[in-house]
Amino acid sequence: MALTDVVKIILLVLLVVCAIAVNFTKTLLQAVIVFMSYSSVMCIIWVLMESPDLAITEAAVGAGISGVLFLLTLRRIRSEDDRREEERRASGKSDKDEPDGGKFESR
Amino acid sequence: MSNKFAKFRNWLAGDYDPLKNVLDTDETVSDSREEIKKENRKIISEVDAEGSTRRLEKAEQRGFDLVYRVIAIVSCLLLIGVLLFTVALLPRYGVENPESTTVVKRYVESGLQETGAINIVAGIILDYRAFDTLGESHVLFTALICVTILLRADSKNLRTKYEDFYTIKQVKYHDLNKDKIINRVGMILVPCIFVFGIYVLLNGQNGPGGGFSGGSVMGAGLIIGTAAFGYEKMDRFISTKTAMWITFISLAFYSFAKGYVFFTGANGLDNHIPKGIPGAILSGGLILPLDIAVGMVVACTMYGFYNLFRRGRT
Repeated sequence: MALTDVVKIILLVLLVVCAIAVNFTKTLLQAVIVFMSYSSVMCIIWVLMESPDLAITEAAVGAGISGVLFLLTLRRIRSEDDRREEERRASGKSDKDEPDGGKFESR
Repeated sequence: MSNKFAKFRNWLAGDYDPLKNVLDTDETVSDSREEIKKENRKIISEVDAEGSTRRLEKAEQRGFDLVYRVIAIVSCLLLIGVLLFTVALLPRYGVENPESTTVVKRYVESGLQETGAINIVAGIILDYRAFDTLGESHVLFTALICVTILLRADSKNLRTKYEDFYTIKQVKYHDLNKDKIINRVGMILVPCIFVFGIYVLLNGQNGPGGGFSGGSVMGAGLIIGTAAFGYEKMDRFISTKTAMWITFISLAFYSFAKGYVFFTGANGLDNHIPKGIPGAILSGGLILPLDIAVGMVVACTMYGFYNLFRRGRT
């Protein structure tokens, strides 16, 4: 087996791992980061499949711009999380009563 | 020398911070964040008081949940069925059929003579199938319009009052350009990214790349520039109105130019646009101007997306 084949198989396995790992992240920020790493792996795979133009686009759009837009959306969501935190404090509950263990807020 | 050594020992012990007064501290920011929270708590409670009257009853809620789940499962199954049916209709991989023999043969054999582009992909997407690319550009433009409708913040848009207080009210909180590291790295990176983007854009007909790739690289450069230098400087470089005008003019130019070519000289008929020498930058007839138009649309749209998501206006 040639070296490029080994690299290809490793990258493809990494792709599947990234795709599954998005579902098991604890916070949304981690999910965005895993998504961006998925795009980076996909970018290398495009280069190995001899389509560098797609690789450029994948690196700029998948790993760059859409990740940035996701992060900006997260910041909007965070203000909503603050609101929920305020409500919880007002009703006298602690973070541990929540199903997500308060991890959503602890960014 | 001994002074420096003493400073170093202090730093090791944790008494001396060399970055103090050099980097921005978060103190002022966190103070104002508390104030904003207090301000917004009022607005939030008002909005919640309005919303509580509209909440569904429990029985209604349960019925809604049931219907929601049933509809979700049914639509998922329908979608899976439709997609599998479509896949079954596709020609088998590797079997000879007209799509994979005659069309591809024509493109590969006479693509260079007919389009003047060494990069066959550019020849296909901007000459044979140029209307597809025109549709893609319009999809981007439509997406920009939709995002503008949803996220634009002005005096009439009440949603921003309590939802976006991080983005709208506290501009200082996001002033990344005051951070020296980001500023300097941006100064080094942004020109390189722009040169690379322009290179990819202009060499679309000769090598890998083209309008969409080059445009997205330049859009990423614009975004990094905004993050590193702040809105004021970027507004001086390319104002929001200019970006929208560039998008509009590029789309209009693309539509008129491609419409002219399709009506006067498509598919082997003579048109009056010189092909040039294959391999030069000025070659490929209309492909280079169309590439530039697509690139401008993509770059300005990405920049508009970023601005809308971040500060609520283009």
